[in-house]
Amino acid sequence: MKLTKLALAALLSATALSGAASAQEVKIGIAAEPYPPFASPDAAGTWSGWEVEMINAICAAAALNCVITPVAWDGIIPSLTGSQIDVIMASMSITEERMQTIDFSDPYYNTPAVIVADKNLDVDPSPASLAGKIIGVQASTTHQSYANAYFEAESELRVYQTQDDANQDLVAGRIDAIQADSIAMADFVASEAGACCEIKGAVATDEAILGRGVGAGVRKGETELLAALNAGIAAVIENGTHAEITARYFTTSILAE
Amino acid sequence: MEALLAALGLTETAALLSLSPPGWGGNLLRGLVKSLQIAGGAFAFGLLIGIFGAYGKLYGSLVTRDLLGIYTTVIRSVPELVLILILFFVGTDLLNQASAALGYGRVEISGVVAGIWVLGIVQGAYATEVLRGAILAIPKGQLEAGRAFGMSPFTLMRRITIPAMTAYALPGLGNLWLIATKDTALLAVVGFSELTLETRQAASSTRAYFTFFLAAGALYLMVTLVSTFVFRRLEKRARRGEAQAGSGG
Amino acid sequence: MIAALKPLMLPHRLVLIAIGIGIFVFCALTMRWDWIPDYQDLIFEGIWRTLWILVVSVVFGFLLAIPIGFAQAAGPWYLAAPAAAFCTVIRGTPLLLQIWLLYFGLGSLFPQFPWIRSSELWPYLRQAWPYAIVALTISYAAYEGEIMRGAFASVAKGQLESARAFGMSRGKLFRRIWLPQAIRTALPTLGGETILQLKATPLVATITVVEIYAVASRVRQDTFIVYEPLLLLACIYMLIAGAITLLFRHLEKRGVGRSSGGT
Repeated sequence: MKLTKLALAALLSATALSGAASAQEVKIGIAAEPYPPFASPDAAGTWSGWEVEMINAICAAAALNCVITPVAWDGIIPSLTGSQIDVIMASMSITEERMQTIDFSDPYYNTPAVIVADKNLDVDPSPASLAGKIIGVQASTTHQSYANAYFEAESELRVYQTQDDANQDLVAGRIDAIQADSIAMADFVASEAGACCEIKGAVATDEAILGRGVGAGVRKGETELLAALNAGIAAVIENGTHAEITARYFTTSILAE
Repeated sequence: MEALLAALGLTETAALLSLSPPGWGGNLLRGLVKSLQIAGGAFAFGLLIGIFGAYGKLYGSLVTRDLLGIYTTVIRSVPELVLILILFFVGTDLLNQASAALGYGRVEISGVVAGIWVLGIVQGAYATEVLRGAILAIPKGQLEAGRAFGMSPFTLMRRITIPAMTAYALPGLGNLWLIATKDTALLAVVGFSELTLETRQAASSTRAYFTFFLAAGALYLMVTLVSTFVFRRLEKRARRGEAQAGSGG
Repeated sequence: MIAALKPLMLPHRLVLIAIGIGIFVFCALTMRWDWIPDYQDLIFEGIWRTLWILVVSVVFGFLLAIPIGFAQAAGPWYLAAPAAAFCTVIRGTPLLLQIWLLYFGLGSLFPQFPWIRSSELWPYLRQAWPYAIVALTISYAAYEGEIMRGAFASVAKGQLESARAFGMSRGKLFRRIWLPQAIRTALPTLGGETILQLKATPLVATITVVEIYAVASRVRQDTFIVYEPLLLLACIYMLIAGAITLLFRHLEKRGVGRSSGGT
């Protein structure tokens, strides 16, 4: 019995190759795929963007020792429940469905979902207008769920691993339209790559699917961490840091109302 | 140098691939190093599993043989991508439960270790077959003579089996190493930061898809060619002293 | 039928089978499978697409492998060298990289050449499956090409010489003697290579082709269930692999792989 325990302990220490995590460290999971203007890496590997700055501000306000940990978007919730990370702050919308598996903090931003298409294409964000067109969405997003519910019947859906892949295919002309977050799309159409396209408008709201804003995700039962995060978010909004960071990236406030 | 690049129209490409930021060349090389680390670890881990597996299949009980048969059949018929996902979640679950049972906190697993664990199990199934075939190819007389001399099973393995089987196993093992290096690319789908994922991030950040994918292809090809050369030399050395079969025809 | 089951009738095997069935029943009863009826249609569609991609890429890949292998075995240097380079490059780089290079690399070219959108190929260039088929076919052709090279080289020279002595034209020689013998040599490995190709098919899910792995991913994303869809996926692949093995074993038994009596 003792030998087995010893062997297991040896195995555990052998696998924790990257060093023991300090008790205070909180791993904030962000998506490993670039998602400008919220989070994108540069060649040196440093992540920057509105969400990265917000994470640092919230952590400072909540007095948490945060480590930003990129994780594949596809497996980010299992990574949270499997304890590879402690918090998800990756522009994840608060939805009933996700709340069955994880808990969410108060929202720290809320933006509508929009349809983006080529400037020469005359469509509006309604299922009727998009009938017969090809729509691209990112996998595991509320946009995919929304598109499955509203657009799948009449349009062809393509599901991409990253938002950038979808953007690429829109520019290449393989798909007719994208449904995605309005801020990310505003950034895209303003960039050189997205010069072909424009935002056609926001889709009809459906809070059950699209959620009521973006919040930080934690494992169920982590009440202390959740309270700390909520306090941090409230502090950041109250003392004006939220507005200050937002002003540097966007022209209007993106706070949840 | 710059003039040559300008003449070929490659200045921009060279800038993108340069080794220090804002060029992405350094990232690609770092990704390559990670890929090779994972491949090396997985190959070694697979070899370890393979030795036990081969011995189990050859000298083990009937039940052991059947269980190992199930292991190799499952690994060889299920796609690596599916296995990677299953093993990753199963592995981390088991580890967390084990550490919770022993009273430790959460165990931190680096991406490299997880990649080695997952790919190593896949490699183990193939290594079992390669090593089993290699051991079977050893002339029986050598093993019988060893036993007649009173060698213990461990001494037999150390002095006769492993040296003799090396020459037969090297072609198959060389193949396995190449498979390991290419399988590390699959880890990009689950977000491990190795060469293929770095390539994709670089490509989507700069929109220079062809440049980076071709560069990554060149890096993988270099690894393949160097590995093939090394394994051929190893095979030659392992076969030194053997009569060479007539070539041609 | 009874003869086939005989190996299973040994006592330890029966115990293992009983344990296996026990585990299967346990999983069926305790794990969450309620999502299957909802996604039934999608699952069948995914399996169909996987099989379709597999068959098309294997058939075309094999047809492509024949000239590639032959060029290396018996062709002049200006044909053998490119064929060898092709095989080396394709086999030396990961398939995932080749798929992404083809799909995203070509995609990045489309905006630069607007006339492509009005060409006749455009409806196919918009879809994802042509790229999947092309990439998988090229990959299979490279690996099979290596095998066919060895197979062509291994046909006994005596047969070729006597055929020439009989006055057979080069074309007839190839059609009647060289090619069939080479295919017979390569046939035993074909089953294994086809299973390897099956294991490569999930990679096309990353370029939006909805085959069975993509369906399982969607189920996992919609329902947040972690293990059950992956287990079902693994079972489906094992069944397909088993069917392929049985098919090739049947083909070999029927004498397709056996050389006719005599030589």
